[in-house]
Amino acid sequence: MTTRTDPDARGDLPLWTGIARQTDYWWTVYKRTWRSSVVSSFLAPLFYVVAMGVILGGFIEGDPDQLEGASSYLAFVVPGLIAAHAMQTAVGETTYPVMGLIKWQKVYDSMLATPLQVSHLVGATLGFVLFRLVTTCAVFTAVLAPFGVYASWWGPFLAFLAQVLTGMAFAGLVYGFTARLQSESAFGLLFRLGVFPLFLFSGAFFPVDNLGAVGSWVARLTPLWHGVNLSRMFALDNVTWWLAGVNVAVLLVLCVVGWSWSVTGLRKRLVS
Amino acid sequence: MAPDPAPDSMISARGLRKSFGDFEAVRGIDVDVRRGEAFGFLGPNGAGKSSTMRMVAAVSPVSGGELRILGMDPAVDGPAIRSRLGVCPQEDTLDTELNVRDNLYIYGRYFGMPKKEVRERVDELLEFVQLTDKADAKVEDLSGGMKRRLTIARSLVNRPDLLLLDEPTTGLDPQARHVLWDRLFRLKQAGVTLVITTHYMDEAEQLCDRLVVMDKGLIAAEGSPLDLIREHSTREVAELRFGVAAEGGSHEAVAEKVADLGDRVEVLPDRLLVYSADGEEVVAKTLERGLRPVATLVRRSTLEDVFLRLTGRTLVD
Repeated sequence: MTTRTDPDARGDLPLWTGIARQTDYWWTVYKRTWRSSVVSSFLAPLFYVVAMGVILGGFIEGDPDQLEGASSYLAFVVPGLIAAHAMQTAVGETTYPVMGLIKWQKVYDSMLATPLQVSHLVGATLGFVLFRLVTTCAVFTAVLAPFGVYASWWGPFLAFLAQVLTGMAFAGLVYGFTARLQSESAFGLLFRLGVFPLFLFSGAFFPVDNLGAVGSWVARLTPLWHGVNLSRMFALDNVTWWLAGVNVAVLLVLCVVGWSWSVTGLRKRLVS
Repeated sequence: MAPDPAPDSMISARGLRKSFGDFEAVRGIDVDVRRGEAFGFLGPNGAGKSSTMRMVAAVSPVSGGELRILGMDPAVDGPAIRSRLGVCPQEDTLDTELNVRDNLYIYGRYFGMPKKEVRERVDELLEFVQLTDKADAKVEDLSGGMKRRLTIARSLVNRPDLLLLDEPTTGLDPQARHVLWDRLFRLKQAGVTLVITTHYMDEAEQLCDRLVVMDKGLIAAEGSPLDLIREHSTREVAELRFGVAAEGGSHEAVAEKVADLGDRVEVLPDRLLVYSADGEEVVAKTLERGLRPVATLVRRSTLEDVFLRLTGRTLVD
């Protein structure tokens, strides 16, 4: 008769325990990749700010009526740009890297041979995305503070939360998409037909009213617009609270849907 | 805790099934593995060995029948079962961008082992699989045999009661296989229960106390390697290779001429196998009949012959 006391209670392992056990793994991944992520996370968006916000923005009249309350184009474009960048970071982290964990390196397979369960793997991977979003958006927001683009001291904090929430809404959706993909070739389509048009037409660079009656409503239906709008309302201290409520609700619902879509997708893929 | 009805039962399966859509990979098998033994699943690719292994590893849900691992039901106690298993998968699933030591350390943390304990365990394991001097090497720089040894070390990090090895030496060169067998033999001597799938009959003979021969999702025979050979084959086998053009057109035609020399004759594409207690006598009588094989070989029966007898096919196609 075995007298060994098992560290695990019978039944399922709690979600937080399973996620916590992967911290060493993700910390190692971060130590390995942070240098290359500096370029995509900080330098590239700063180039955008300089090129679009400062230089191109210099040609645009800072009319608050035209720019959703912003007194300069730079102040208009920054909160939208960070939200759009949060989307890109989230998509970047949940496409090729997740495909690698599932299919190329099969790290997930090795994890599932331990007490860890599918929801723990999704939880830790999305937790890492959250960490990446928090650091990226925080640094980005802080670096731009001296440019006088924020209308209040509390605005950028709420805008920051909005940006992170935007990223997480995309993280879950794209993770679930990746979990169901057999081959990575569909990522090209996702970037060209999904991410890129959203980036350009969801109100990050210009008020969506410029898209015409139909176009502006289509833009308002996209997840990114909710994030951009929320982020900008807070940053410019020009908040329509009922609309902010709608934006938050939409993004939260997408997060919940994304989580469940991801867990079911990965379970189907790996535990057959 | 309720008293365990069979405390020495590591795996118990009754009518175990696994299907993927319409395809039945495992079609109702009974298996019992006891503490301390080395148990093998022998069969060709596609026999259902890996599907069985994934169910036993408490990863793949059971489609039918009953399965108990360490006395527990994998559908209910998957994490608790897996915390006491070591799994060495068919394909290496090492993180190729981490170094050797980190691969082991991080894996130990998945089991909830404290950091200090994992570090000590990692040093022990590196020693055991003879990779201490490679501790800081990147995995991608290791040879195939070293990667396998690292995978085995990783599967031992949690001091498992039951070690599952899926095709442990497939793709390795002969020397690397022998190093690995030696390590596995030491584990067996240390009392670790081993479950091995293989399509190499020499591996099964080397390592397994008891094995089942699997074919098309079913168990064709069960026993120790020696018992299986005794029961399903003769002591010796005479292998006769003919230049077929000279001897009536085909090996089938020659087979008729030697059929009475042994208990039975198997016709393979390139040779005849004549099963008999005395192989030398078969060869001598073949020559007496004026038949002229281009090559002859007399050997002991192996599990390969058992498999051929039971299924009419060879293990490695």
